[in-house]
Amino acid sequence: MRTGLRLGVAAAVFALLAVVPYLSVETHGVFSSPLDSPGTLQLLGLMLVLGGVALSYDLLFGYTGLLSFGHALYFAVGVYIMAIATTHWDWALWQAFLFTSLVGLVLPFLLGSISLRVGGIAFAMVTLAFAEAGSVLVDKNPRAWTGGEEGVALAFDKLPESFVGVLNTKNLYWLALAYLVIVFVIVTWVVDSSPGRVWQAIRENERRVEVLGLQPFRFKLMVFVLASFLATGGGVVYVLLIGGATPQVTTPAFTLALLLMVVIGGAGTRWGAVLGGALYTFLDNRLLDWSDSAAVRKLPGVLETPLSEPLFVLGTLFILLVYFIPGGIAGVLTLRPRRGLRQIEASLRGQEAEPATAVDDGAEARA
Amino acid sequence: METFILLTITGLGLGAMYFLVASGLSLIYGLMGVLNFAHGAFLTIGAYATWWFAEQLEGSIGSPGLRFFIGAVLGLMAGAVVGAVVEVALIRPLYQRHIEQVLVTVGLSLALVALVQAIWGPTEQLYPVPEWLFDTTSVFGANVPNDRFVEIALAVVTLVGLLAFLRYTRYGLIIRAGVENRAMVTALGIDVRRAFTLVFALGGVAAALAGILSGVYFGSVDPERGTSLLIFAFIVVVIGGLGSIVGSAMAAVLVALTQQYVNFYASAGIGDLAVVLLLAVTLLVRPAGIAGRTVVAH
Repeated sequence: MRTGLRLGVAAAVFALLAVVPYLSVETHGVFSSPLDSPGTLQLLGLMLVLGGVALSYDLLFGYTGLLSFGHALYFAVGVYIMAIATTHWDWALWQAFLFTSLVGLVLPFLLGSISLRVGGIAFAMVTLAFAEAGSVLVDKNPRAWTGGEEGVALAFDKLPESFVGVLNTKNLYWLALAYLVIVFVIVTWVVDSSPGRVWQAIRENERRVEVLGLQPFRFKLMVFVLASFLATGGGVVYVLLIGGATPQVTTPAFTLALLLMVVIGGAGTRWGAVLGGALYTFLDNRLLDWSDSAAVRKLPGVLETPLSEPLFVLGTLFILLVYFIPGGIAGVLTLRPRRGLRQIEASLRGQEAEPATAVDDGAEARA
Repeated sequence: METFILLTITGLGLGAMYFLVASGLSLIYGLMGVLNFAHGAFLTIGAYATWWFAEQLEGSIGSPGLRFFIGAVLGLMAGAVVGAVVEVALIRPLYQRHIEQVLVTVGLSLALVALVQAIWGPTEQLYPVPEWLFDTTSVFGANVPNDRFVEIALAVVTLVGLLAFLRYTRYGLIIRAGVENRAMVTALGIDVRRAFTLVFALGGVAAALAGILSGVYFGSVDPERGTSLLIFAFIVVVIGGLGSIVGSAMAAVLVALTQQYVNFYASAGIGDLAVVLLLAVTLLVRPAGIAGRTVVAH
């Protein structure tokens, strides 16, 4: 019965989101233009895409307890390979899509096999290093494919007509919504399946999973590949929505942003991660406009200078959030504000106690 | 041959900075289990503080060398203060909650870098380096800029100083024992938390030193400096073995030389990729890193 109710609520929310392009509502400065204008629809589409990507990251971090700092790499794979394949290699859209999917499966399989050899904090550092390699590669601009700092535009003549032009922004919005629905359905289904239960068991106590005769490595690799693949899908939708790839999506700052999104929304919850991703994207886009507004400019310099930097505001908000509501938005809504991060804490300790990592700092004493 | 010598010494200069960042990270992680993401921001703050103080002194002190020296001393102090304040105000209240501590340092790294950018702008600032550091000295026919020797010498002094501190002082003993088994040290009635603040302050000084040296090495400083060096320092820490100072030193040399040689002999940028490859190979062959175990001072 409860599952039925939840499915009903989810369906209703998604249905409501689907009719947004038909609502000509004034937004009173929340967005820069009315709800059904192309500019607002594009930002809403971005919020939906990054909500889905944040949810894919939550599979790793919230559900399995893997603190990855390299998730942006797989998102960037979707963004860049789609753009490069259509422009520089002159491939048709479906060919580019198939190839991107293939890379989106093989690359996380290879890199996951290597980085999952270490756990806990070392895993975080190694995934960051791999993501940085991707960033360096894009910056290096091999064969002028990635375009370095300029980025690379998507070849619009390869797109179906209904995805081109300002008037068709609503179609891209629906594409973004479809992506989010697909990710949401997959994640809902998979965390309740038997591998999904093992992932959550790994988060709670990895050694116990091992003692039960299961191999945590295989399950961790499975969730790593799945989450990365979903992120690659998000990258594909993103590049269609934005119309090109920029090196911004490969930077360490973007990788950290994904972590911020999940924690803001509530780690280990589906709605929370989606909300966090959407809200972060919204703030990241709108804070810059607001900081330019008269209200902020009237402030004295001591306040005005830092408030003009969106990352300063977001970073500070994030620290306060970790202190006072570690369960994120979802924690507040479900009246369990301290749950989210505490669950994952156990996994970090469990992985530290593994013989594979260098430091065993008295895990027994704390357990 | 001259090129090779120049590359090697320059590589060692770069390795010196990696070591200074990595040693602080490694010590903090070894003792407290905290991955300090804000370490790069400490570096940036140290570098900017030195530049700012040196600029302020321009009217009152004539000699640029002395100005820079005083600025650098104040920059190092700024690093220590920032490190200690962050530990006491932000890390300590979250004692034993590692995930939340890491997340707080992540937020801090974003906020501090954004703050530096808001105050001094996103573009780079020229570093007030004394002339003689840019002069070259001939080593077996290679003309090596003098600053490289200063960087290497300061890193060696830091390495020896840290090892001596850990080996011969009471606080060093507590830190070493804490890395081995923190619960036991606490059970013996020693307040390990004071050692935490000390380690953060020391890490802040080392990071600030790395920041100042990077200003000398590159001739300028920009808000992103800390972040870019931090990633290589992470690689150094993992290759060297978490918690090991000597391991970090060896890995720093290995990583920096690999990067320099490949960047020059293959193509610029490939060196950075080679370093990541080196990390992958290390993880496949020896996941615990060079130093392997949880030893600080051998």
